[in-house]
Amino acid sequence: MDENQRSEPHDKERRDFLSCLGSAIACGAAAVAANAVASPATAATQAAAASSEIPAIPGYDWSKHQWGFGVDAEKCIGCLRCVEACKKENNVSLDPHHFRTWVERYVTLENEDKALIDSQADPVNIAASPVPGEYRFANRYKDANVEKAFFVPKLCNHCTNPACVQVCPTGATYKTADGVVVIDHTYCIGCQYCVQACPYGARFFNEEKNVTDKCTWCYHRITKGLQPACVEVCPVGARVFGDRNDKQSPISQFIQNNRVRVLKPETGNAPNVFYVGIDKDVI
Amino acid sequence: METLFHASPFTGYVYPNETIIPWTVLIVVYPYLTGLVAGAFTISSLYQVFGFTQLRPVAHFALLISLCCMLTVPLPLLLHLGHPERAFNAMITPHTTSAFAIFGYAAAFYICLLLLETWFVFRPHIVRQSQKLGGFMGWAYRILSLGSNDVSDRAMGYDRKWLFALAIIGIPGAHGLHGYVGFVFGSLKSREWWSSDLMPVIFLLSAIISGTAFVIVLYVLSCKLRKVAIDLSCLKVMAFSLWGFMMFTLLLEGVEFASLVYRGREGIDVIMEFVKGPLVIPFFILQFGIGSALPLAVITFMIWRGTSGTALILGITGCSILVLLAVLMMRYNVVIGGQEISKTARGLLAYHPPIFGREGLLAAGIVLLIPMILLTVLVRLFPPWERAEA
Repeated sequence: MDENQRSEPHDKERRDFLSCLGSAIACGAAAVAANAVASPATAATQAAAASSEIPAIPGYDWSKHQWGFGVDAEKCIGCLRCVEACKKENNVSLDPHHFRTWVERYVTLENEDKALIDSQADPVNIAASPVPGEYRFANRYKDANVEKAFFVPKLCNHCTNPACVQVCPTGATYKTADGVVVIDHTYCIGCQYCVQACPYGARFFNEEKNVTDKCTWCYHRITKGLQPACVEVCPVGARVFGDRNDKQSPISQFIQNNRVRVLKPETGNAPNVFYVGIDKDVI
Repeated sequence: METLFHASPFTGYVYPNETIIPWTVLIVVYPYLTGLVAGAFTISSLYQVFGFTQLRPVAHFALLISLCCMLTVPLPLLLHLGHPERAFNAMITPHTTSAFAIFGYAAAFYICLLLLETWFVFRPHIVRQSQKLGGFMGWAYRILSLGSNDVSDRAMGYDRKWLFALAIIGIPGAHGLHGYVGFVFGSLKSREWWSSDLMPVIFLLSAIISGTAFVIVLYVLSCKLRKVAIDLSCLKVMAFSLWGFMMFTLLLEGVEFASLVYRGREGIDVIMEFVKGPLVIPFFILQFGIGSALPLAVITFMIWRGTSGTALILGITGCSILVLLAVLMMRYNVVIGGQEISKTARGLLAYHPPIFGREGLLAAGIVLLIPMILLTVLVRLFPPWERAEA
């Protein structure tokens, strides 16, 4: 399943550009040495062919939606079903170094100022996990005097001003009209500048495709009226998703009825994942 | 089966995806090479534009060094890309908000400029060879002359005007290209270690010192290989330039680090843990101590004592080798160091570069050798000392 589907307006723009470019290359071909244009011409042809293969999403108009995501950390129980479901749904490598979503555990011990933080990818937790692709939080604090503990699910924040989109040299990663940041895997050159630019560590390099990868809020699902896989499987409703254009949607209600906050607001990225129930230690 | 990635061990808390360091030693080599380009071009321009006649013996050699390094600059980037065959995507559909999108244009422009300047500098030689030699080489020189065989005084005067103009354009070109590399790092707000307005300036000044040091080492080596006397006044001017620019670089690096510590923003604890731990050898001992303070002290001592002769040559060459090491370590400490400090500001990663593989130390070493191999060939085709010693 290709989760990084592109939508029509963007494709049209690119197709128009590529068609102009194709004409320009054809006109200039007599004057320019064949080798010099071989690579761009090939890339252009590949991209044009790839874009023509992707069908329009039936019955979906991206200008009518504005997706948003909420996390209620008060509810999260750290079962990690979301992480497992995401890996399966999006064909994410099962090793503990590639995650589109993950869960952090914050534990404050008695007489300690700062919380101890780990995620399911911590070697101790990986050792406690049964098989690759299934994750558990090890009971590592059972003998400690725990003052406070909670879980925080993390994922791409699909920022309004995404630093990753700003730095992408080719425009392979872009923000859709419905508010989702996606990556065109057929156009990404794999420079990983976006991985560096993301302050949340949400992006990773997909070594099988040699391109950058990240959460798309399951764009292939939400455009068909489904929920993202992580939201679908969450047994406690800690993850909330919906259309912010619809004032009655779960996410609109979540934002209206809670005092929400976002992660690292000082970056100016203006994230679109809204949190409830997180503490000062959450990073 | 080939390992697809090398995960880095960590302490504290790092985001799960951070355990694979995105930019490896190849991205250390990339700014190092652009720095050598800018530095060598500076030496060449000091003669070409500003009339530093003492630098005449190395002016054209420095230009060739700059060209050889510049031709190699895209290689580490292409090796690093997940899809090098798509590299031109950044040029055919540049995303104008990206600092990286300019690279292709800037590099292409600068390579053209260097090729043009080299052609003008060596045109008399090319014309002479095309008339003198037969066979393949004669044929090759005839093509290189581009049908322009006029070497009369009037034509040479015209060439000099072009050379002057190209060198003038080349100065902001070379320095802009490298300052821009500093900007790529300095403008990233996600990493406290990189995010600094001084980064482009520090990159630029360290580029000049590395390029100057590279020209010194290669000039001394070439004189030894050709068994000709080393021009001491030329060497001294380069050593003085090295000293001056090193002073500025060290001061700016000091100011930058002091600002980082003094500001003491969130994450400073983990940065200080990094500075006092894993950074002691690569930064304090190699980059600052052996690579910067020691050569600065030695050159100062030699200026003070008026050292000359073999001692001067040995001293300056030795110092230049140390400076080359220092700048390489500076690039390493910036590029790799920045990624070893987690974006969580709660943890540190330890990157151990693999030896083999596309992004290994061996590949990076080979990339660094390529300019020297190119130079070995080019100095035979276009002897840069011929005119200087004539």
